[in-house]
Amino acid sequence: MMITYKGNKEISLKINNEIYKVVVKPNETLLNILRDKLELTGPKAGCENGDCGACTVLINDKPFKSCMALAVEMEGNDITTIEGLKKTEIQKAFIDKEGYQCGYCTSGFIVNAYALLDKYKKPNEQQIKEWLNSNLCRCTGYEGIERAVNKVIDNR
Amino acid sequence: MTKSFVGKSIKRNDGLDKISGDQKYLDDLKFGGLLYASILSSPHAHAEILNIDIKEAENSPGVKRVLTGDYHPHAMGLYLGDKPPLAVQKVRYYGEPVAAVIAKSKADAEKAVQKIRVKYKKLNSVSSSRESLKKEAPILHQNLKNYNHIPDVVPQPNSNIANLTKIRKGNYQKAAKEAKYVIKEKFKFPPGDHVAMENRSAVAEIKANGDVQIYSTTQAPFVVKELLAFNFDIPTGKINVIAPPIGGGFGGKAGLQLEGLAYILSKSVGGKPVKIVNKREDDMVSSPGHIGLEANVTITADEQANITGMDLQYYFDAGAYADYAVNVSRAAAISATGPYRVDNLNCDSYCLYTNHPFATAYRGFGHIELAYVIERSIDILAKKIDIDPVKLRLINAISKGDTTPTRSLMDNNTGDLKACINKTAELINWDQGSVVKIDNDKVIARGMGLLWKSPAMPTNTDAGAILTFNNDGSVNLHNSIVEIGQGTKTALRQIVAEKLQMPLNKVHITSEVNTKTGPHDWATAASRSLMMAGRAAINASEDAIQQLKNTAARVLRCPVEDLTVAEQKVFMTDEPNIFIKVRDLCLGYVYENGNAIGGQIIGRGNYIARKLSSMDPKTGEGRPALEWTLGAQAVKIEFNLRNYSYEIKKAASTMDVGKVINPDLARGQVTGAMAMGLSFARSEGFSFNSSNLVQNDTLRDYKILRYGEHPNYYVEFIETPQGDGPFGARGLGEQGVIGMPGALANAISNAVNQEIKELPLIPELIYKNVKEGHNDD
Repeated sequence: MMITYKGNKEISLKINNEIYKVVVKPNETLLNILRDKLELTGPKAGCENGDCGACTVLINDKPFKSCMALAVEMEGNDITTIEGLKKTEIQKAFIDKEGYQCGYCTSGFIVNAYALLDKYKKPNEQQIKEWLNSNLCRCTGYEGIERAVNKVIDNR
Repeated sequence: MTKSFVGKSIKRNDGLDKISGDQKYLDDLKFGGLLYASILSSPHAHAEILNIDIKEAENSPGVKRVLTGDYHPHAMGLYLGDKPPLAVQKVRYYGEPVAAVIAKSKADAEKAVQKIRVKYKKLNSVSSSRESLKKEAPILHQNLKNYNHIPDVVPQPNSNIANLTKIRKGNYQKAAKEAKYVIKEKFKFPPGDHVAMENRSAVAEIKANGDVQIYSTTQAPFVVKELLAFNFDIPTGKINVIAPPIGGGFGGKAGLQLEGLAYILSKSVGGKPVKIVNKREDDMVSSPGHIGLEANVTITADEQANITGMDLQYYFDAGAYADYAVNVSRAAAISATGPYRVDNLNCDSYCLYTNHPFATAYRGFGHIELAYVIERSIDILAKKIDIDPVKLRLINAISKGDTTPTRSLMDNNTGDLKACINKTAELINWDQGSVVKIDNDKVIARGMGLLWKSPAMPTNTDAGAILTFNNDGSVNLHNSIVEIGQGTKTALRQIVAEKLQMPLNKVHITSEVNTKTGPHDWATAASRSLMMAGRAAINASEDAIQQLKNTAARVLRCPVEDLTVAEQKVFMTDEPNIFIKVRDLCLGYVYENGNAIGGQIIGRGNYIARKLSSMDPKTGEGRPALEWTLGAQAVKIEFNLRNYSYEIKKAASTMDVGKVINPDLARGQVTGAMAMGLSFARSEGFSFNSSNLVQNDTLRDYKILRYGEHPNYYVEFIETPQGDGPFGARGLGEQGVIGMPGALANAISNAVNQEIKELPLIPELIYKNVKEGHNDD
């Protein structure tokens, strides 16, 4: 049966281990709510079409483009944004290996790479490629990002 | 002993902000009482606006105001003022802003904008730059003769020529007559987009006292401020433009973008703050993108493979408005030949109106475009002469003592291009062959492309730096370079730390640019930030050192010249144990009895481009170029002859950038640029239907390089010092894009043994070029 929503709805979202109560419209995306109502502006609206990955968050430890998720459907999930990652190996490696320049794609890339490195202890080149090609970076040419991911793997 | 910070791979100062999601870009900032705008854009490439019905939109919930072009029907711009903020009477490209709704929320504005009804009468459109020159082509700007423009731009009224820059050097006709070898080729590629990850946005507010405050995703806050003052007749000092760090620019955020529109929107609602944010589709087609080009190239050479002459016609596709593009076409003329010694040159560089989305600055500014056609032509010439293309490049590489197309002398600061060529050939294993068969289907192919670039800036381009101190002895560098990801702020900190001999963590730097509190600075563009702001930072440091010494000399009762500043102290050079700490001097020295002297130290520094001059309109003679960065690039690809697909395996660059201030950051600029140049050549560019509507205005259909498609990068630097650069440095931010398209197309041409003359290099296009090539035989 299709669930239908009408008008505003109050939902509670678990984000970065905190519970947020928030009123949403049925057509608002998770990205809209994170950025506009919860002041979690780490995820970026690069295309709002699922093409660039700048809005990537974790939903139950899996990377997900938050522009492609309706907020109203997110109750009961465990959501992690870049703000919920603190001094992780991949974040340190992004600094050490120049995995960023302008920084706009960085939140999404780090969240995606974090999930990859969480799922696989030592992902191979093909796995890294399959995961990270869902995010776009226009500054680095991806060399710094590749080196950052490899640094984490090499340290394991 | 002096400590060295310059030449070291110091980590960027913005790392922790950017990896934690803490960095705030414009769209992340909160503003009180904000109204939101939504823009209706043109569904046609060329049409007359017969009627706009805004009634229903005005009555839509939350709507404060609906504006159309007649609210401010005046053309504006930087180099050629040809574009009104909202279309007036006509639309000239698909995506052109036609009307704007201002409402209490983004959702209200977006809903209302769909209720605006526009009646259009479609007009014939111009679909290419060559077509724009035809007799039957509609004239897109009837009012061209009345537009404001800078003296260096030459529009031709009653035509679609927004600018024509001519170069006449030596005697090309004679060279052509005496030539042993001649090649004559035509090239073309479509316009495209920058695809900075952050879409453009602007917030404008007019305060009760008339002060105008603009927040913008701009690379050029001072240009914005001065253009708003000029176009809206506001005293410049009443305007403040604030530029937070931006999510990539690549030239697309220079000049005037959404700021003029934001200003009139705010004005129309009594000065309340109004925000416009581009959606990705708007950012790709409504806002300006990358210029397209069609070109004719004739090159002549003598028996010994010396290039004797070039005859070049560049037809740039500026799209519907040519404000910034006119200067791109001028830049392409200044550097028309690529980095080759060419004593006899005819070049006509046209900037042409078409009904495509309009073009602006793009990384490389005219050079990536001309380099593609020149580097392809050099390879074709090499085949004609039957000489190795790398050898042909070595024979003709420009060097010290030669002259540029505008007859400027390549002086003592000229980089060593031949060393760059040799190094790149080595990095790409050129000696293993330009085409090597792997199996029945696949070949390995290699291709090279050279690059050169000079910034095409106003002759009075400047930068400033101010140093203030904190009571812990640390220093603040106030500068007006916009943080666009390039890392210049880190390099500037290194320069100040080096000069003041102070630990890096004691050198703080402003991250946003504020045109009221920061020193004047032309723009963060043209790869000139480090060179110019670096010089200003050196001056400011020296000024601060002198002031510190002056106050210390009074306290220590010694001659000023006996003092040294280092390690946060001012000490007597020959007796270092006699010293005063900087923190006890920098806000004035206080004696034990309370008397204070000296006052705070404020270091000031400036820089202005030297000896630049305008070009002669008939011959192009002049000195428009501040400095030249030279380099050589190459790729190695694996090409599938069965289906024309390929992988870019290796990409190599050697550039002579003078002193490398920060090797890791320099490498990052070059690899990023190489990826952008390869991406542009491989798969980018707008695809138009027969009505000139863009078919690929999303990132799903407009293909930029993704993770895993990137090659292994090989990057080397040669460091011939730039005498007038800070510590001998010259520009390197854009240059890495320039040679890549030619290198990739040369490799593919080698692989398929046919001359590719178009872009983007998608399998279908390669196949088509190959088929047409065979038909010609």
